[in-house]
Amino acid sequence: MFAVKQPTTKVLPLYQEFHPRWYRPRVSVYWWLGQWQYLKFILREISSVFVAVFVVITLLQLRALRAGPEAYARFQHWLQSPIALAINGISLFFVLFHTITWFNLAPRAMAVRFRGKRLPEILIAAPNYVVWALVSAGVTWLVLR
Amino acid sequence: MADKIVLEIPRYSPERDVKPHFEEFEVPVHKEWVVLDALNYIKDQVDGSLTYRWSCRMGICGSCGMMVDGEPKLSCATFLSSYSRNGNKLRVEPLRYFPIIRDLVTELSDFLVKLKAVKPWLIRQEEPPLSEGEFLQTPEQLEQYKQYSMCINCTLCYAACPVVGLDPVFVGPAAIALAQRYNQDSRDQGAGDRMAVLAHPEGIWGCTFVGECTRVCPKHVDPAGAIQQYKLKAALDWVKSFVTPLGRKNTDVRREAAND
Repeated sequence: MFAVKQPTTKVLPLYQEFHPRWYRPRVSVYWWLGQWQYLKFILREISSVFVAVFVVITLLQLRALRAGPEAYARFQHWLQSPIALAINGISLFFVLFHTITWFNLAPRAMAVRFRGKRLPEILIAAPNYVVWALVSAGVTWLVLR
Repeated sequence: MADKIVLEIPRYSPERDVKPHFEEFEVPVHKEWVVLDALNYIKDQVDGSLTYRWSCRMGICGSCGMMVDGEPKLSCATFLSSYSRNGNKLRVEPLRYFPIIRDLVTELSDFLVKLKAVKPWLIRQEEPPLSEGEFLQTPEQLEQYKQYSMCINCTLCYAACPVVGLDPVFVGPAAIALAQRYNQDSRDQGAGDRMAVLAHPEGIWGCTFVGECTRVCPKHVDPAGAIQQYKLKAALDWVKSFVTPLGRKNTDVRREAAND
């Protein structure tokens, strides 16, 4: 009598012959912390929240303006509080970050060709900065005149 | 005698290991040696079981992509001497976000399926008779797509793209850049056929413009640029479809007739 050969019971990692068992590394939740470029990207994405904060503050200011001089004065007073200054300071940093990184990316997104040749990146990015400077100058003039 | 550097390489054997473990190999640093030379030295002199892909060793075949010191690089185009001051240790890992078959070898089927999905070949709706001769192109027409045609499918851009890692169904940078290579070709008439895959949430709209694919590309293909430019085009086409609904319908009908 021949005993049927039993399969070995030794526990091996699951492996099917000719079908390699792939190792699939998992992406860490903190993937964006390891590399400056990734962190910069996440900061750029987060900056949109602070753009919204600026918009909300402006809307609140308009509402205060509509509610009369007393309400506006109260709002102005709040704007001078340390919390408001901190919020606006952080928001300003992120809005500048947002603007500059997006203007620098603009030449990537727009391939403008002139006489069959692609225009150099600076010629796409620069007009954005010029318009930004002109609008800022206009607003400054409006506020300070 | 040349300087020495220690290469830290994850070893993974599907038969033996549940997950990779790092092994260290000391290799000499010659001025003209690239990372691939060091791997070949290890395979020849130290451990013949080290497994990795390579072929042309001159930046053309696109098979020796690896993470070198955490950056996607062609190991044949990355000099050892640039890292010799790095505490004399250099980590060489398989390309990020891909399943690992063994040691430094990644599984590329997923990329190849995505590549095929964008139909990276010339598509003609109407075929002119042979007697009309070849398709001629001006240097300007060539310039429209030449940059994208430099892609060697090394998948470094996939290893650089966090969207690929977080959203595995995203079509990815190289496949979209190659789709653009044919969309921009004056001989091609298949842009409409590729639209379904590209103008999809997992196509161009999956891209969040991290821009890393362009930075790591060894061939300066600029996949990030290709994707953003296509986003602009897709958005304009969408607006145009409202302005001229009839014109769009006509081209659709013509395309369907050509496919039949």
